[in-house]
Amino acid sequence: MLNLELFCNALTIGVLLGGVYCALAIGLSVSFGLLDVVNIAHPAFIVLGAYAASLMGQWFSCDPILAGVLMTPFFFLVGRALYQIYYLSFERRGAEALRGMAFFFGLMFIIEVGLIMSFGVDYRVAEASYIGVSYQVGWLGIPLRLLLPFLVSLAMAALLLLFLGRTFTGRAIRAVAQDRMALMLMGADPVRIKQIAFGLSLGSCAVAGSLLLIIIPVEPSVGRVYIGQVFAIVVLAGLGSVSGTLVAGLLLGVAESLVAKFYGPSWAPAVSFGILLAVLGFRPAGLFGR
Amino acid sequence: MKARRSRLGSAARAAVLVALVLVAPAYAAEQTPIRIGFGMALTGGLAAAGKSALIAMQIWAEDTNAAGGLLGRPVELVYYDDQSNPAVVPGIYAKLLDIDRVDFIVSGYGTNQIAPALPLAIQRNRIFLALFGIANNEDYGYDRYFQIVPAGPRPREGISKGYFELARAQGLKTVAIISADAEYSQHSAEGGRKNAAENGMRVVYDKSYPLTTADFSPIVRAINAVAPDFVFVSSYPVDSSGLVRALNEVGPAATIKMFGGGMVGLQYSSIAESLGPKLNGLVNYDWYVPEKSVMTPAIEAFLAKYRDRAKDAGVDPLGRYLPPWAYAYLELLGQAIARTGSLDDAVLAAYLHENPTMTAVGEIRFGPKGEWEQARSLMVQYKGFTKDNVLEALDTPGARQVIYPDSLATGSWLPYVQGKQSGG
Repeated sequence: MLNLELFCNALTIGVLLGGVYCALAIGLSVSFGLLDVVNIAHPAFIVLGAYAASLMGQWFSCDPILAGVLMTPFFFLVGRALYQIYYLSFERRGAEALRGMAFFFGLMFIIEVGLIMSFGVDYRVAEASYIGVSYQVGWLGIPLRLLLPFLVSLAMAALLLLFLGRTFTGRAIRAVAQDRMALMLMGADPVRIKQIAFGLSLGSCAVAGSLLLIIIPVEPSVGRVYIGQVFAIVVLAGLGSVSGTLVAGLLLGVAESLVAKFYGPSWAPAVSFGILLAVLGFRPAGLFGR
Repeated sequence: MKARRSRLGSAARAAVLVALVLVAPAYAAEQTPIRIGFGMALTGGLAAAGKSALIAMQIWAEDTNAAGGLLGRPVELVYYDDQSNPAVVPGIYAKLLDIDRVDFIVSGYGTNQIAPALPLAIQRNRIFLALFGIANNEDYGYDRYFQIVPAGPRPREGISKGYFELARAQGLKTVAIISADAEYSQHSAEGGRKNAAENGMRVVYDKSYPLTTADFSPIVRAINAVAPDFVFVSSYPVDSSGLVRALNEVGPAATIKMFGGGMVGLQYSSIAESLGPKLNGLVNYDWYVPEKSVMTPAIEAFLAKYRDRAKDAGVDPLGRYLPPWAYAYLELLGQAIARTGSLDDAVLAAYLHENPTMTAVGEIRFGPKGEWEQARSLMVQYKGFTKDNVLEALDTPGARQVIYPDSLATGSWLPYVQGKQSGG
């Protein structure tokens, strides 16, 4: 017989965890989903964001989430510069498919090795007053180290949705994914728009990294664990759908949590990717894809 | 006369040339280093320990060369990063043997990284010294395998034997077993099941989790739901950290008197620092702790050298967990070579089987499968950790009290909840 208390707690943790998955994947939904840039190095940039947050905490006693927000503009600028290199080297020449992917593979290793050479291989963790604190609400035990990242990722998704839906640049980003030529005829420079979009994608890595640091100890290669997961979420969501990314993240988080609790944690990844395959079987474009 | 002198001169020159040709290879061989090859986790999840092990091995090589080398020849370490990824290990060892043509191979760090290398060593009939592997040779029974961790002749059970004996002494009857989906954890969990059976205990929860698990509170709640008397955990560093955090957030069930057992990572300074007072009350395995009954001058002297090198290397600054053993397993090889005067794998293996060998970690006698004849695993209970004193506590007596075996005990067992309050 299903234990209701266990079920509610598993569901709650799953939702909170799913929100964090959304934060990890949301930048990729822009770069891969809207721009068709297969940024394999996206998790590596998240790890870079985690290290940035860790250093801010170490040097300035800065809260990890605040550190992530403060680092966002720098990551945005790096993203813009990176896209420019990518465009000039690959996209303009039509070589983005394989060579572009190889570029990001190389970038992933450069980031990882750079972190190792700069900071060593030891684990980094976040220090914050809310880590280790849990609120009991009736049956539910809600750990703050999951609740706050969940709220932050909701805010990220909401801001990105507003930006993409209510601003000219945001609509231009969505337009460039649909019809580049039409966008040019509207007087917008597609390359500049894509630069901004890629900058946003990498900017999200600063915040996502700080959230990751709150949840688990981070070392330079931990990003590799999440490559499959973030791409799975973006594909499950439907390419380019930010709201879909949130729903997909929540779906996978809840599935993992419930399966771990009631059937055994070993089954959790199988069920998660099973859901992905099942959804793609019925809706090849993903949950919210067109 | 002139022609005779000329013939004599030519003969002399020829004789010198022949002598040089005959002597030069032997002279060159004397100067050629003895090359020891291995893969080591320099990146990835095990790198925090792997890099510290490498420093220890480099110290051994320097010490050995400073003392004149082995058989008059310097030693040289040839190593590659195995990225904490078992899949790349066979390729590394194939390269070491076939391309680099090293004289000896030793293992990388950990059961997961030893398992894929051992078949190649067996195939090539090479002596193979292993660093912190649990039961890698149990099924092969290879007679040239030697393992440095003192888990005893039955390593699967040896690592947790003390944990289950402590539980039996306290009258604990039901156990929950949780383990990672990885080689070490599964071996250790299997040992836990055997120990539970031998001690007449009932296993009320027995599940494993993937290494990618980010949050462990569902697992802790599921364990709480079955209300075990104690929990045996067999986990890796990141998951050890996650499980301890989840345990502190969710809180243990009232029935749980003991938690821990086989958690890798709590011994690392970085993980311990991140957990701080959350460590209090846990009972876990260890091999060498700064307790008076366990400390040795040899290891402390080695640690002084290690710490000097570690401080700028971004690795465990204290080095009490892995480095002394990494130094010792090369000591074994070095001593076997020096005592036998041979580089033959069969001769060295026979020597190590037949003779106890004194190393920095003490005297070692091997059983037929290359495990220690006598187990020397400790069970320690964490007490008195606060947020600010972790590094100091890890390095001074009193915080990791030995509670098993009795002969080395420096403290007594406390139920988990009581031990948790010891930090104040």
